[in-house]
Amino acid sequence: MDLSVLIRRADCVWELPRTGAMHVPGILYATEALIGTMDDKVVEQTRNVASLPGIVRAAYTMPDAHWGYGFPIGGVAAFEPTTGVVSAGGVGFDISCGVRLLRTGLRSADVRRVQAELASRLYVSIPAGVGSEGALRLDPAAMDAMLAGGAAWAVAEGHGTAADLDRIEERGCMAGARPDCVSALAKRRMRDELGTLGSGNHYLEVQRVARLLDPVAALAFGLAADEVVVSIHCGSRGLGHQIGTEYLREMVVAAKSHGLRLPDRELACAPIRSALGQRYLGAMRAATNCALANRQVLTHLTRKVFRSLWPAAQLDLLYDVSHNTCKEETHVVDGRQQVLFVHRKGATRAFGPGHPQLPEALQPVGQPVLIGGSMGTRSFVLRGVETGEAASFASACHGAGRAMSRNEALRRWRGEAVVAELASRGILIRSPSMRGVAEEAPDAYKDVGAVAKAAEHAGLAARVAELEPMVCVKG
Amino acid sequence: MSNDDRGSRPAPTAATDDHAAHAPETFAHGADIGVRGHGPTLAAAFAAAAVALTSVVTDPAGVRPTTAVEIRCRAPDAELLLFEWLNALVYEMATRRMLFSRYEVAIDGDELHALAFGEPVDRERHQPTVEVKGATCTELRVQRAPPGWVAQCVVDV
Repeated sequence: MDLSVLIRRADCVWELPRTGAMHVPGILYATEALIGTMDDKVVEQTRNVASLPGIVRAAYTMPDAHWGYGFPIGGVAAFEPTTGVVSAGGVGFDISCGVRLLRTGLRSADVRRVQAELASRLYVSIPAGVGSEGALRLDPAAMDAMLAGGAAWAVAEGHGTAADLDRIEERGCMAGARPDCVSALAKRRMRDELGTLGSGNHYLEVQRVARLLDPVAALAFGLAADEVVVSIHCGSRGLGHQIGTEYLREMVVAAKSHGLRLPDRELACAPIRSALGQRYLGAMRAATNCALANRQVLTHLTRKVFRSLWPAAQLDLLYDVSHNTCKEETHVVDGRQQVLFVHRKGATRAFGPGHPQLPEALQPVGQPVLIGGSMGTRSFVLRGVETGEAASFASACHGAGRAMSRNEALRRWRGEAVVAELASRGILIRSPSMRGVAEEAPDAYKDVGAVAKAAEHAGLAARVAELEPMVCVKG
Repeated sequence: MSNDDRGSRPAPTAATDDHAAHAPETFAHGADIGVRGHGPTLAAAFAAAAVALTSVVTDPAGVRPTTAVEIRCRAPDAELLLFEWLNALVYEMATRRMLFSRYEVAIDGDELHALAFGEPVDRERHQPTVEVKGATCTELRVQRAPPGWVAQCVVDV
């Protein structure tokens, strides 16, 4: 990235000054080393987002930012409800893609004893990859109930416990979902896909707590050194993408009638108050519920596998975060509380201590922020901090971000060699596709440790624990 | 869009008869990947872009064109028509759990009519790499590239 267009405001804070059509400046959070690896497109996209009507305070990018669709991935932008817009590109195609983390109560030695068997059982039980189907078939009534109810619907259907809901954003059910705004095609795409992991960078990973960076917060999260945890990363599957695609097209075509000039079609948006904006919000919230239900069903399947090996295993949910969203939230702007529509595209909500939307047990320490690495690399648990509100409307990063293209990864690595190398380090990979493994090779991603550290230095979130992979199921 | 098996044959037609003659072309884009088709006509470029789409998932040469699926779509301009066409294929791939390797495409004004030939996914034989979740408007371009046409966009995986 050309750093000459930025002004360094602090160690990890860079300003893209307001110029031309920008209504607000851009604020990029990253170390100089991370900024240096970012594509110039991140600046161009941040500038475009800052030019959208109704944007408040700044267009933010997180330390893992990279070139996305319209918005940069790792982008955060808040819009005021009367003059602002909602953007399908600003939410992303995999609506409410996110991560949840389950605590097993097991120690790594417990798992090492049966590691291969656990990997095989998870691989058999967790539908993943192209052509996979879930065990559930949703008829039209069940589909609408799922889209309205989210994880709460899944729990009512027997996939988990009521205690799980306390540990999910929105208590597992996004209000304002409108299944009637979701097309028949989107529903058809989801009919057989509930409880499937998908492919690409989605995964289910068994991990070991390798290091506690904040023992007090770790205790509050119930995380102990050497404990085994499970991370599940996936989203709203084909339904979310179908909704994103259909509304993006409609927003592109309708932009002129809304008086919107789009410098990039992927920035497609509609006024929040417009009929189209309201329909999109209803559909997007339904897709959010779909993602929450999907991760809940996968959680239930994971628990069954663990209980087949350890009958007393509970696998309590630490937390479930979504990182492709637009949510109506209250934030402090210029000293007063204001309702805003906050887009987080590849960014995690990170409420600090005392936030009223956190469950009581998490109030003293703040919200768990789950940062996924890549297959074979570390992941991090962070917590929301007080400074995050003023810094980024309480938002933090979401993952490592790719360091190279899929084509380049394929040129460099073979899947079988990647699997063998990781096995020699005690990490078992299970995937139907060796080419897919090569594309997702650990070194194809940036250093997630540097991203997590930069988030902490920028005051977005604070590191609590570092996780090391033991088993990874990839689609 | 309609999607009936063994639909009527589109005419006039641009077909991808031989994958070897049209090496599928992809290009890098951050976390995702771009697909590009070249052809002597607009329809041929659209068909070649569809082969490139399949190549993101598997080697098109390994997909047997045993079953035809009819696809119709419409859009106000050629670029959005490509967006619609590739997304229609993604939908058929997802809901029928199929892969396609051969395409017959006809474009008349703002309408596209096509037959996509393929077979159900065989995870052992096809070794599918990644699911394409949709075509996007990023790097979306349909233009003359003398002596023919080029059609491209980034797909989300």
